[in-house]
Amino acid sequence: MQRIISHLDALESESIHLLREVAAEFERPVLLFSGGKDSVVMLHLAKKAFWPARLPFPVMHVDTGHNFPEVITFRDSSVARLDVNLVVASVQESIDAGRVVEETGPNASRNRLQTTTLLDAIEQHNFDAVMGGARRDEEKARAKERFFSFRDEFGQWDPKNQRPEIWSLYNGRHRKGEHIRVFPLSNWTELDIWQYIADEEIELPPIYYAHRREVFRRDGMLMAVTDFLQPGDGEEVFEATVRYRTVGDATCTAAVASTASSIEDVITEVAASRITERGATRADDKFSEAAMEDRKREGYF
Amino acid sequence: MELLRFATAGSVDDGKSTLIGRLLYDSKQIFEDTLEALEHTTMLRGEEGMNLALLTDGLRAEREQGITIDVAYRYFATPRRKFIIADTPGHVQYTRNMVTGASTADMALILVDARKGIIEQSRRHAFLASLLGVPHLVLCINKMDLVDYDQEVFERIKAEFKEFAAKLDVRDLQFIPMSALNGDNVVDRSANMPWYEGTSLLHLLEEVHIASDRNLIDCRFPVQYVIRPRDDKHHDYRGYAGQVASGSYKVGDDVVVLPSGFTSTIASIDTADGPVEEAVPPMSVTIRLTDNLDVSRGDMICRPNNQPHISQDVEAMLCWFGERAQLQPGVKYALKQTSKWARALVKDLHYRLDVNTLHRDEDATSLSLNEIGRVTLRTTAPLFSDDYRRNRATGSFILVDEASNDTVAAGMIV
Repeated sequence: MQRIISHLDALESESIHLLREVAAEFERPVLLFSGGKDSVVMLHLAKKAFWPARLPFPVMHVDTGHNFPEVITFRDSSVARLDVNLVVASVQESIDAGRVVEETGPNASRNRLQTTTLLDAIEQHNFDAVMGGARRDEEKARAKERFFSFRDEFGQWDPKNQRPEIWSLYNGRHRKGEHIRVFPLSNWTELDIWQYIADEEIELPPIYYAHRREVFRRDGMLMAVTDFLQPGDGEEVFEATVRYRTVGDATCTAAVASTASSIEDVITEVAASRITERGATRADDKFSEAAMEDRKREGYF
Repeated sequence: MELLRFATAGSVDDGKSTLIGRLLYDSKQIFEDTLEALEHTTMLRGEEGMNLALLTDGLRAEREQGITIDVAYRYFATPRRKFIIADTPGHVQYTRNMVTGASTADMALILVDARKGIIEQSRRHAFLASLLGVPHLVLCINKMDLVDYDQEVFERIKAEFKEFAAKLDVRDLQFIPMSALNGDNVVDRSANMPWYEGTSLLHLLEEVHIASDRNLIDCRFPVQYVIRPRDDKHHDYRGYAGQVASGSYKVGDDVVVLPSGFTSTIASIDTADGPVEEAVPPMSVTIRLTDNLDVSRGDMICRPNNQPHISQDVEAMLCWFGERAQLQPGVKYALKQTSKWARALVKDLHYRLDVNTLHRDEDATSLSLNEIGRVTLRTTAPLFSDDYRRNRATGSFILVDEASNDTVAAGMIV
């Protein structure tokens, strides 16, 4: 027999293998869940990996307090439907406790502050493995990531001193206080994610599909008018048909003009797109060529 | 659509980045914002045109030093296949990078400069690809435009490489004359080399037959995790989750569980999408047995009439990656093989292999960073293994330094 395994089956199988390795080798793993499409797919894979048993670990949302309300509603309904335990780590609480200082100015964002909140939560809950939905095709620093990525007692990533990763023999050994970041979706591309969402009929927050919204243009990107982000002088507000390619903090995640209202439309659009998803929608990566690497070194997702 | 993983290897100036850039660009996988950023960075660095190497050099240190330090993964797809490229830099940490990239590759591309022919590094890369059991090897003889697309140059390099490759274990060896810069024989057949009767590189990547590279004969299922829901609905459910390493498992098959040696029958092969009749590599499934046996992580489900070697004494080729310490006989390490951890004592180092000449130095007493040698290990628990040549999944292991937790070696059982 020479059964051909499709690329999505091969990727699914690789991710499930990784998720089971984590459950088997760590004492206190946690899966990061934001309600964004990659974390939704990762959670879906985790449910499949342990079916028919419950998930053997909780999920955690690092909540900037500046989320799209549709995404928070989706997060809570997903957690209830899948019967998983949710831990919320709040950036607002980090600010109130004086752990971080809120940025000011028109481009103020809580994006970078999340790192402190995340690392504090890892320490508080003694998490030893933290699973994230980052993909290597997203960004060039992420292209150098391991599946099992070591973090020292300060949560730091040292890209020049990574463990070699050979075959699918993952080394998650660490000392107390250190932890491992695990990226089960490393080999998936944006298009793979969408095709899988279509094949598996996975539900997403509605803002991934075209809808009417009040936006304004900033640095060439369409930003939504929200309680947390208001237009500045000379930034004209208009209504447009848009959707989100990535979903993050509302202050630094842009919409794209799109009429793609179904999963099939989105796949057609993604396949034809000539701009990367982070390039199109993430103000946080525009600061410098090494913006992501610098944030990751500090302990970012 | 099938998935093909390939590794690329070459030295600094042989046009590897240009080739990858061309594959990505011609398959429309380089996005406009990436291109713009690339042009901008190239200009800031005072260089002309577009330095495609900057596309894969993701880290600050790599861009600052102008060298690639670590394996970079790139992705592209054509209507026929999806591809994962492990781009392995050829100078810094060359063995570690090549071994990493080759360990999961279906195919390895080795680039040579037509003007220079086979150099030491080409031999080294070919040797490592063969040692790591990469099933398909392609020698890309690049920069043919600079030798006037001369067939004689191509034939000479091909003959020289074939002579060297005869000493290696290479199952499928192909030669393609090309110019990555001009696109000759990369995506389409080149009009500049009518004497070449083979296919373009992309055509080969799309068509090479890889389904039969899997070992579908020896049934090996390392148990990764035991699934026991313990709720009312699935009160007695007890499933053994794992990824099929090799062989084909069917419902009703007689099986033996190692190390206990108890036999049973496969009651069902479960996935979250429902039961399946048969499981082959690389499927992740959950196997249920008809009998209630004591099975846990690290055990292996096999067929009674086809079992792996079961031994605490392991003969292996070892690639050493430890930067802080050398490998020396008498030292103990943690060892991971399939889903099992054990401790291993290095009993003997038989020889150190010169990867350039294949000369065996039997007087060697240690292995340093990037060196390869033949060792005997003694493990605390028996390993269930096969020769790496026959089974990449059950013939491979890593060694981990017990003090630093660093992964210090990759091993292939012989």
